[in-house]
Amino acid sequence: MSMLTFEKKYRVRGGTLIGGDLFDFWIGPFWVGFFGVTTAFFASLGTGLLIYGAAIGPTWNIWQISIAPPDLSYGLALAPMQEGGLWQVITICAVGAFASWALRQVELSRKLGMGLHIPFAFSFAVLAYVTLVIIRPVLLGAWGHGFPYGILSHLDWVSNVGYQFLHFHYNPAHMIAVTFFFTTALALSMHGSLILMATDPREGETVKTGEHENTFFRDDIGYSIGALGIHRLGVFVAISAAFWSAVCIVISGPFWTRGWPEWWNWWLELPVWY
Amino acid sequence: MKIFNLKLLAGVSAVAAVLISGCDLPPQDTVQRGYRGTGMEAVYSPEALEEIIAANQVPDAIPAVSAEGPKARDIYQNVEVLGHLSVGEFTRLMAAITQWVSPEQGCNYCHVPGEGFEEDTLYTKKVARVMIAMTQNANQNWGAHVGDTGVTCYTCHRGNNVPEQVWTIGVAPRHASGHVHQMQNVAHQESSVFASLPIDPFTPYLLEDGVARDQGNTALPQGHVASIESTEQVYSLMMHYSDALGVNCTHCHNSRAFGSWEESSAERVKAWHGQQMVKSMNNDYINPTNDWLPAYRQGPLGDPQKVNCATCHQGAYQPLLGANMLADYPNLGSLAPASSDPIEEAVEAMEEMVEEAVEAMESAGLEQDDPTIGEAH
Repeated sequence: MSMLTFEKKYRVRGGTLIGGDLFDFWIGPFWVGFFGVTTAFFASLGTGLLIYGAAIGPTWNIWQISIAPPDLSYGLALAPMQEGGLWQVITICAVGAFASWALRQVELSRKLGMGLHIPFAFSFAVLAYVTLVIIRPVLLGAWGHGFPYGILSHLDWVSNVGYQFLHFHYNPAHMIAVTFFFTTALALSMHGSLILMATDPREGETVKTGEHENTFFRDDIGYSIGALGIHRLGVFVAISAAFWSAVCIVISGPFWTRGWPEWWNWWLELPVWY
Repeated sequence: MKIFNLKLLAGVSAVAAVLISGCDLPPQDTVQRGYRGTGMEAVYSPEALEEIIAANQVPDAIPAVSAEGPKARDIYQNVEVLGHLSVGEFTRLMAAITQWVSPEQGCNYCHVPGEGFEEDTLYTKKVARVMIAMTQNANQNWGAHVGDTGVTCYTCHRGNNVPEQVWTIGVAPRHASGHVHQMQNVAHQESSVFASLPIDPFTPYLLEDGVARDQGNTALPQGHVASIESTEQVYSLMMHYSDALGVNCTHCHNSRAFGSWEESSAERVKAWHGQQMVKSMNNDYINPTNDWLPAYRQGPLGDPQKVNCATCHQGAYQPLLGANMLADYPNLGSLAPASSDPIEEAVEAMEEMVEEAVEAMESAGLEQDDPTIGEAH
């Protein structure tokens, strides 16, 4: 794979957290690093175990393959491999791979003298996953509360967990999370279209500048957040979506055991109505 | 600045207090309802479980009495549904019912002092007779729902004249004139378990013959038609089922295919029979009492107070957490024999004699249950 002409300039030594110069080299376009090695290790072991799980399972149908967590009766103990132990090891692999990836991003940021914005943002996705398969199961006292690893089975799990609380759309943190997800999509699509509008002119016209972009939004909604601002907003709405997703599931069960519609009775019972 | 900070702190604390109020803190008790990883589970706070357990204790049974001796119908007059009991059993049951239904008013809740016990002066006595028959019928004919545990008056009444959780046909709350109220989106309605769903899911499914089959059986639309209105009514009814039993939807369903019996738990079959049983109770027993009822025992539309799941279950997955009270009061286990015709009684007596003779033959070592008898011969 060929390297871009300016790329060589940024292939600098140092910035590693662990391992010193040991893994400080590139394979093709990819920097390796200690956490690159651990990512590769955990990811391939985990994927291999998923395939093993499929092999000893009832189906090779890609949609139906499912690696389920242990029965609740195992609590927080280890389960036999074929009765949820596989899920436990794969979970360790997944957390190992995701955390390694985030730390690899930290090392690259240090290497390039950048802020830690990227690993910070990525960590929220990892937090959401860890909340689902580690934090909430620990709070509820059994690994069996984690979701199964399967394309359809994890969706079935989501559906059933929602119905454990009768009507999950009444979960206030779920409302906030859903709002942030939609807002993220809206902001990203508006930003993307704005950039295309400015940088992809019709034939014979010139590329527009930031002044055009700002003017469009000032005319449209009276305010333009600006070229830097839209990216700050983007990070905020996107990590908020992941953060509130984690909140909405961690409160369901560990901190609220009844139907979610009922939670809103605090509002109906405010003394201002009487 | 400092004052601002204090105000901010107070504001944040107030919001936090509102959010945390009523929250249950871990650890919780959990129950697995399906195959591991399906998410079919129930989470209970230990405090809530303690409340449920405390609210579902069975009162001490009155000591049993002999079934021998003269029948109630031979001693008392106008005894219709308990006439086949011995006088001892009958008196014991009357005492128990008084404890269960009118512990404060005592016998006078149904009987006028100074008047003969046989008089049907008070509406309460006439209703009580129908309710006893309803209970006997449930135990005799609805085993698919009540099982061997059965029900007694106490299952619903719990010391109240009228069970605490009953329903009447819903009427729309006040709304702008000229508009039809959709009977939904009403705040603080226990009947929709505080959701915006329809507030009377009972009339279509627990009184009329509404069938809850709103989800299609195919992944893509294949002609199955269900209105949003009826779908939301079913959702509301199912919320009631869950709330009444202190469970959630996954107690019966795997929500990936609500309609699939194969993926549902055995409890869903019981629930279906329960729906039929409740419909029968409301139509065959409770509605006919309406002519006698005073207005304060009727709903706004003049209909009687009816039964739903919460009437018996009262927040427990099995009423009284499965305690078998019926074993202590077997007289409520079946309807009174259909007829007290002297000829039939003579036939029954003869049958009893035959049975006794057969038993005697068996004990004498004679072969009785040879399957060839009656076929080859």
